[in-house]
Amino acid sequence: MTDPILDVRGVSKSFGALQASDNVSLNLRAGEIHALIGPNGAGKSTLIKQIAGNMRPDSGSIWFNGEDVTTLDTVARARRGLGRTFQISSLAMEHTVLQNVMLGALGHDGGVMRFFRPVMKDHALLNRAMAALERVGLVDQARKRTADLSHGQRRQLEVAVALTLSPKAFVMDEPMAGLGAEGSRALTGFLDTLRGEAPILLVEHDMDVVFALADRISVLVYGALIATGTADEIRANPEVRIAYLGEEEDGA
Amino acid sequence: MSILLLIEQVLNGLQFGLMLFLMAAGLTLIFGVMGIINLAHGSLYMVGAFAAAGVAGATGSFALGLVAALAAAAMAGAIVEITVIRRLYTRDHLDQVLATFALILIFSEGTRWLFGSFPLFLDVPAALSGAVTLPGGIEYPLYRLAIIVIGLAVAAGLFWLIARTRIGIRIRAGESDREMIAALGVDISRLYTLVFALGAALAGFSGALVGAIQSVQVGMGEPVLILAFVVIVIGGIGSIRGAFVGAILVGLTDTLGRFLLPVLFGFVMDPSAATSVGSALASMLIYILMAAVLLFRPTGLYGRA
Amino acid sequence: MIRERYLNLAIMLALLAVPLWAWVSDEPFTITLATRVAILALAGVGLNLALGLGGLVSLGHAAFFGLGGYAMGILAHHAQTYTPLMESPFLIEGTKSMPVIWLVAVLVSALAAFAIGLLSLRTTGVYFIMITLAFGQMFYYFTISWPAYGGEDGLSIYVRNGFPGLNTLDPIQFFGLVYGVLALVLVFSATLARSRFGLALAAARQNEERVRTVGLDAFRLRLMAFTISGAITGLAGALMADLNRFVSPTMFSWHMSGEFIVFIILGGVGRLFGPVVGAGLFIILEHILGGLSEFWMIYLGALLLAVVLFARGGLIGAFSGPEVGHD
Repeated sequence: MTDPILDVRGVSKSFGALQASDNVSLNLRAGEIHALIGPNGAGKSTLIKQIAGNMRPDSGSIWFNGEDVTTLDTVARARRGLGRTFQISSLAMEHTVLQNVMLGALGHDGGVMRFFRPVMKDHALLNRAMAALERVGLVDQARKRTADLSHGQRRQLEVAVALTLSPKAFVMDEPMAGLGAEGSRALTGFLDTLRGEAPILLVEHDMDVVFALADRISVLVYGALIATGTADEIRANPEVRIAYLGEEEDGA
Repeated sequence: MSILLLIEQVLNGLQFGLMLFLMAAGLTLIFGVMGIINLAHGSLYMVGAFAAAGVAGATGSFALGLVAALAAAAMAGAIVEITVIRRLYTRDHLDQVLATFALILIFSEGTRWLFGSFPLFLDVPAALSGAVTLPGGIEYPLYRLAIIVIGLAVAAGLFWLIARTRIGIRIRAGESDREMIAALGVDISRLYTLVFALGAALAGFSGALVGAIQSVQVGMGEPVLILAFVVIVIGGIGSIRGAFVGAILVGLTDTLGRFLLPVLFGFVMDPSAATSVGSALASMLIYILMAAVLLFRPTGLYGRA
Repeated sequence: MIRERYLNLAIMLALLAVPLWAWVSDEPFTITLATRVAILALAGVGLNLALGLGGLVSLGHAAFFGLGGYAMGILAHHAQTYTPLMESPFLIEGTKSMPVIWLVAVLVSALAAFAIGLLSLRTTGVYFIMITLAFGQMFYYFTISWPAYGGEDGLSIYVRNGFPGLNTLDPIQFFGLVYGVLALVLVFSATLARSRFGLALAAARQNEERVRTVGLDAFRLRLMAFTISGAITGLAGALMADLNRFVSPTMFSWHMSGEFIVFIILGGVGRLFGPVVGAGLFIILEHILGGLSEFWMIYLGALLLAVVLFARGGLIGAFSGPEVGHD
């Protein structure tokens, strides 16, 4: 088995009395989609923030591509190839759709202290940006102001920006949130093909999506991982059923 | 240099710091509760000083002057809140800066129009004129000593108001969450007007107190406003305790720096050079202090991270 | 609605036409006014890079304006008194040459902007405003209490500095020089806004998290923007000093910083030509209102208040409609 691309080792984080991450260890290997599930308030967002570099763990370490990145910030982790999408779309809303993916292409290129050539005529960047829009199906919207996009289109743009980075791993925080049935199906199909390029750590609420896509699933409850395994193993796990799936299925 | 002179300067620094605190407390309260940066706070200081000078001049009573200062500044504050500031709560900081900058122009020119360009003089009340002899034989102006006592009393009262009273609870609730306080059934716009008027009254009060030491003139509030900003940056935005510590720190640093630096430079250079280098450096000292605090604690000494 | 591009062209032509007409009809005072507009506009264009494009509300740009002014004042003072600026470790003489003075003004103010930015850009929002204001005032008080260069009284320069090939004492020639500098800086500013740097800086203004997530350091972008912005405002300071042949601590006054922001707002935030329109309007108002009343600032305050509360697009917005993302 190859070394994992992303390796979370015994990460803990607490806010006062609240243990948001309790000695969490999980990893992401080449070629897989690893889903992270758990009830609301289980500490998924806190864990993602620590993985992406927005928050420093109290203890434990985070390794990326064989390097300890625990003390590195978001910028440094992104430069090392961590592609992240947000639960709530985080885009430059006054910019056009194309300008947003151009920003991603610029991040990938890195040469940002250039003051004279018009960026929107830079063919290398344009090709990369347009290719990303093409893949998520937003080429027609390229000239639109991002603020004028529909909710679903913004979700697609989030993914497109992450694609421009050609990351070594994706961390996607509920990419399906707020998408309609059709949009959700299309994105599911897309992520299915994406895992060959780079593995995906996927936080998702929609169990159908999770079971359809995930090679492995980790279940987070009250900040601690209670199980990691294949879809079948998780479905069969009694602890998970009690803590989480049982409620969900009853609720549905 | 004698030790007595040094103690006198420490007292001066304390007095200066306490007056800064009255300014900074209002500013930081207004920012903490309403999220507004109010450049016109110095104008309210000026309004207080002019009201005190005007009324004291007409009636001969310093006490009436002080009452007038409080009333005029609080009223000006309430009017400004209702007519202008209220429209800025949802605006960005740029709009707040510009609108309150516009208010400064209106206040300053309006005051010049009413009172003319010449400074007014507010006399120290007879009962507080002259000097007292402190333990150790220090002769110190009674009025300045009184300001120190009053400043400390107002500071204590303010801490009590915030920590112990119903209105203080509402103010603290408003700082943490606007929606929560609305949910508590508190009339939020009245609370905002009240807080703004309170901050204005504090500014006007200190303007009147200082007006008896310095001259009362248009633009007198602006240097104090900028120092109050330095105080808030050092203490941390929204924190009354931070404002207090910051104000005393700035008051002492500035006063002692101006006194001590020329003396210190006198050891290594000739007296006239020492005076000029020392006083030039002293004028920068509080900003250097601010820079140092920023380096180590970007959110200020008592600021929330 | 008029296309912003044509409006900009009209603005530049108007700024050229007025002093040319004044030259023909021999009214040097009007030429001087137009020169002031162009210089103040230049300072505003500098600030607009930080404020409009980068979203950095600096209330301390007078620091750079003043530093530029004093760069001119000090160099020219040493040249006119035939005293060296410094003798050891090496000799530095004063100068009356504008290109050299400009270079020094730009370098000194860029350096100051870099240092102030390094400290203040660690913070955001109200902190940033208060800190830039405070550091600006630091220079003000320092110049007042530093007696070597006139202290509170400032420095007078008897003869305007020279520029190769021009007679700068002739008002229209000096205006032409200033106008040329303004045009160049406007072109630079427009180019910058369309460059890689401009795209990233504007994105950082809208959403810092987004910029960081693609691996770009928002702090470094802002520091660079603040430095360039300070350098341009410093250049304007040097020109203003040459126009007045006088520098004093008032160049550092925070009212100056406030007025630069007012230019930007009167013209329209984020508009390339906003500061040009704003500075023009400001000077016109100063003359019309100033002629009506000694207390014209009251009316300016009321107007400014009205613009802020009710007309956010400024003058350019009123004529050319809402801003569109250019690409």
